[in-house]
Order: sequence, then structure tokens, then C-alpha cells
Amino acid sequence: MSGLRGFLRGSDDTQPWKGRYAPYDLVKEACIAVGVIVLLATVLTVLFSSPDESPSTIGQWSRQLPVNFTKTALSELDGTSETAEYGPPYNHNSGSVQHFLFLHPQRWLGVSHPINTAEDYVIGPLKTIPNDPTLQSAIAEYQAAPEKTQKAWDEAYATPLEEYAKAEEAGKPLPKTVAVNATAGTVSVQTSAAGPVPLMMASELSLAESGGLDGSLLTSSQFFQTDYTEPLLFMADGGLLEKRAEEQHLLGTQWGMMNETGSYPGQVWLWLYTFWYQVEPFKSSPSGDLLVMLVMGLLSLAFICIPFIPGVRDLPRRIPIYKLIWKEHYRAQKSV
Amino acid sequence: MSVTPPSEVSPAAKPSWTGRVREAAVEALPPEKLLPDGQPTYVASWIYIFGVASIASLVVIIGSGTILALKGPAWWHETGVGHFFNSIHMWSVELFFFAMVVHLWGKFWMAAWRGGRKRVWITGAVTFLVAVPCALTGYVSQQNFDAQWISTQAKDAMNSVGVGAFFNLTNFGQMYSYHVFLLPLAVVGLVAAHVLLVRRHGVVPPFDLQERAGPAPPTKTDADASSASVGARS
Repeated sequence: MSGLRGFLRGSDDTQPWKGRYAPYDLVKEACIAVGVIVLLATVLTVLFSSPDESPSTIGQWSRQLPVNFTKTALSELDGTSETAEYGPPYNHNSGSVQHFLFLHPQRWLGVSHPINTAEDYVIGPLKTIPNDPTLQSAIAEYQAAPEKTQKAWDEAYATPLEEYAKAEEAGKPLPKTVAVNATAGTVSVQTSAAGPVPLMMASELSLAESGGLDGSLLTSSQFFQTDYTEPLLFMADGGLLEKRAEEQHLLGTQWGMMNETGSYPGQVWLWLYTFWYQVEPFKSSPSGDLLVMLVMGLLSLAFICIPFIPGVRDLPRRIPIYKLIWKEHYRAQKSV
Repeated sequence: MSVTPPSEVSPAAKPSWTGRVREAAVEALPPEKLLPDGQPTYVASWIYIFGVASIASLVVIIGSGTILALKGPAWWHETGVGHFFNSIHMWSVELFFFAMVVHLWGKFWMAAWRGGRKRVWITGAVTFLVAVPCALTGYVSQQNFDAQWISTQAKDAMNSVGVGAFFNLTNFGQMYSYHVFLLPLAVVGLVAAHVLLVRRHGVVPPFDLQERAGPAPPTKTDADASSASVGARS
């Protein structure tokens, strides 16, 4: 036991200082330091200010990218969106569940913020639209249909939208099965096999464009709202946030974790976290986030424990940067 | 009605809890150690300013953050004065991390954990690690596009380790509470412990140049080495 203790402590020959002391005013130095930092922060503020890009809303998203919005809303309805397939803490699926060997912390902590994308993002908000018996009967028809029929309707509506999105991305001629009226803010999909889905999606788009969906996703039993999980995850499933992020160099492949909107330094202290996302196997692993967090956890522990790690704790003695730091001291010693 | 002055308390009386705490505190940190007016002559390098610069930045962060908190989280989006204080807050955070990183590198190359100062290093390192989520919760509490993007992207890392179950980056109310109270409290507490430990143990002395040529001297324990040094700066 004493051997282990000695190993952890290492050889420490540091003697208490018995040399001279110079006069020193601690309080004065602290006051000057605060003054200098206030001055520096003020100069930087006057020169560069700070970024404040307006947040996106679901209303903006649906008006600017109506096809992307409709496609995303449909993926929430048919359970194929990223959020719908995510897994804990939002649901019991496994699309984004990560693990490493026997470690399954995401599963262990369970579903703490349950989200039913079909109900919360589409059916629930549509049910709040008043004076529209046709829409309400369409919702009732959809809910009463067997799962297989629902899936067939969803696919019949999703396929033309997928083709449209692919053609748009590739810059090819757009298929005529989807008609977008930018002025009216409508998306029409030519299909006869989608049952009540076209009416539901048209109503969802209309509700979003009016700004009603932004409010719907925040309402709960409480009057005051502070939890934006539902609208944020819905928007993250779509394309507007990503489009803006790419323009601002905030994507993961652009070292986005440490960047900030505009040309500001952002969270540069996260460079090591961000670094791992740029290299294999972290970059392409389906459990990349967990692997990065585990590596950073180990490195953080090592950082705290440097005084106990043989080799690392001896580096300062072996690489004499200390001679530069205490240059004056050694010079004075030499002259004596 | 007369009040018995403290000097007339019988010395034979059993020491109170308060008295014991006072005696222990004064023994650990006598006033001349807590607020020294002298420093060892080896404390003469530009690297020493980064410790006090980190603390000064923290003071400015808390000052500007308090003003922002007093006016509410939406104020800085709506007024020029609010935006000014937000900018002060942001730049003092950048200065804080810059000063702290240089300070940590400096202390590493000094092997500042020597002579019974391991707890000084540990509290400093933990402060840096706790400051990272403290800043992150600030970024996701901004109520702008930056907050939307960072929260939706960083949530996956939190969820992957299970932290997302009780630390939800997309919950503004929760993040704001962490940012203005819980994590700053932890940072300030750690910095206070760090500074008191520096006061107790003093600034680490330089390596002895002669020792490198000679045989290794006998091992000295933490308790022995931390006994007598008086120091000032961190």
C-alpha cells in the first residue's frame, strides 16, 4: 500500500522557499487586473460587438421551404423522421441510440422527454383547427385506418416529394407531380392513392405558414413555457436550420461545434472535442458522439490527475521551459 | 443590561464549535498568508499575470452577467445597452478562457503541483472543466439562431452518455438556470478553493538547477513540503 502511495506521489524534493521576499500589494494588483480586463472587454465590444442572428421559426421555414416542410411533416406522421426513430430520451426506438462494448448509457437513463411525432407534430395541432369538419373527418379516417393502409397512403404522398427534393438538390428539371405555388404558399402532390393525407398535409402547411404551429408545439398544461424541445427537434428534422448553419460555417464538417455565427471566435476551448469529429473512426461511427465523449472523459481525468501520472508529471523537469519562466531567478542565483 | 466582553469568557470553558472553526481557519490561513504584502523574489515573470487575469475576467463575467440577469434574458436583443453588456459578457468569457489556458500551461511547465500542491492543480483543472459546460449553457440560452443550432447539434453528445435525461440542451428554462446559478456557483466555489489553497501553500518555488546533476534526493511527502511556504500570486 505504501508502495502504491509512493508511486502516486513520486519523488518530490521541493523545499519551502527560504530566500528573500519582495514587497507586493495583492489588493492593488487585483484591482488593476479587473480594470485592465474591463478595458480590454470594452475595447473588443466597441470594435467587434457580439453576434445576434435572429432565430428561425416554423412559420419562416414553411414559407421559405414549403416542400421541405411538407416532406418533414410527413416523416413525422409516418414515423421515419430522425426524431421519430431517435430512441431515448425521446422514445423507445433505436435510430440514434449509441453504445460502446457493454456501455449503453443512453438506454440506461431511459425516455425522459417522451415525444410521439405523429401525435405531437401533426395530428394534435391539426385537431386544434376549428370549424373545419372536412379536416376533422380526414384525421378520423387516418386514425381509424389499419397501420398498413396508413403506410400505403404515406408512401404514395412521400414518393413524389422525395423525387422533387432530389431533383431540386441535383439541379435537374423538377417533376410535374408536385406543384408549388409560392404566392399562395401551397404544395400540391398529384396522387390518388394517399387517402386523407393530402388534405392533412395541406392543412399542416397552412397552419405552419400562419404561425399557428409555432404556438401549438409549445402549449402544454402550463401557461408559461420555457421548454423548446418539441419545436427545436421538429425544425432540426427539416432543412432550414441546416441551410442557415452551412452558410454560417457551423456544420460538423466545418468544425461547427466550436464556431459561432459571423466571424467571432466562438467556443474555441472546444477544439479538442471538435477535432475528434473530423477523424476516423469517430467521424463515421454510428456511436461517434459516445466515443468522443468517452475519449474526452478519459483525457479530462488524465488532465486532473497529471500530478499522479509518471512520465507526464516529469515532463516539466525534462523539458526545461522552466528556465525561461524563472530566468531572472536563475540569473540572480548565478550572480550571487 | 451588561454584556460580558469576549475577553472575560472563562478560559477553562469548553471550546465552542465556532471557536474551533475560527482556530482551525486561522491556523490554516493566518492573516499574513491570506493577504500577504510580500512575495518570493522568484515570482518575477509575465506568466504569473494570467492567474490573476483569469480571476479578473471571472469578476467581469459575473458583473456583466448579473446586469443581463437583472434585466431578463430577452433584454439584450431589444436594446443597444443590453447588446453592449452582452458583448462585454461574451468578450470577458473569451478573455477568461484565454487567460486560464495560458495559466494552466504555465503551471504545467512549472510542475506547480510540487511541494504538496497537488490539490492546487486539481482544483484549477476541475475549474477549467466545469467552466466549459458553464459557457455552453450560456451559448444555448442566447435565444437566437446560434442557440437553436448549438442546442440541436450538441444534444446528441449529451444523449449518447445519458446526460440528456436530466441536462436537456433544448430546454431553455433548464439551461438558463444552470447558466446563471448552478454552474457559476460551482466555478466560483472552485476558484475560491483554488485561491485559498494557493494562499496556504504559496507559489511553487523554481526547480533547483543543481539537483539535476546530482543523485536523486530523498522523497518528501506532501505534508512535509507544504508546511512553511508563504506565497502570494497564483
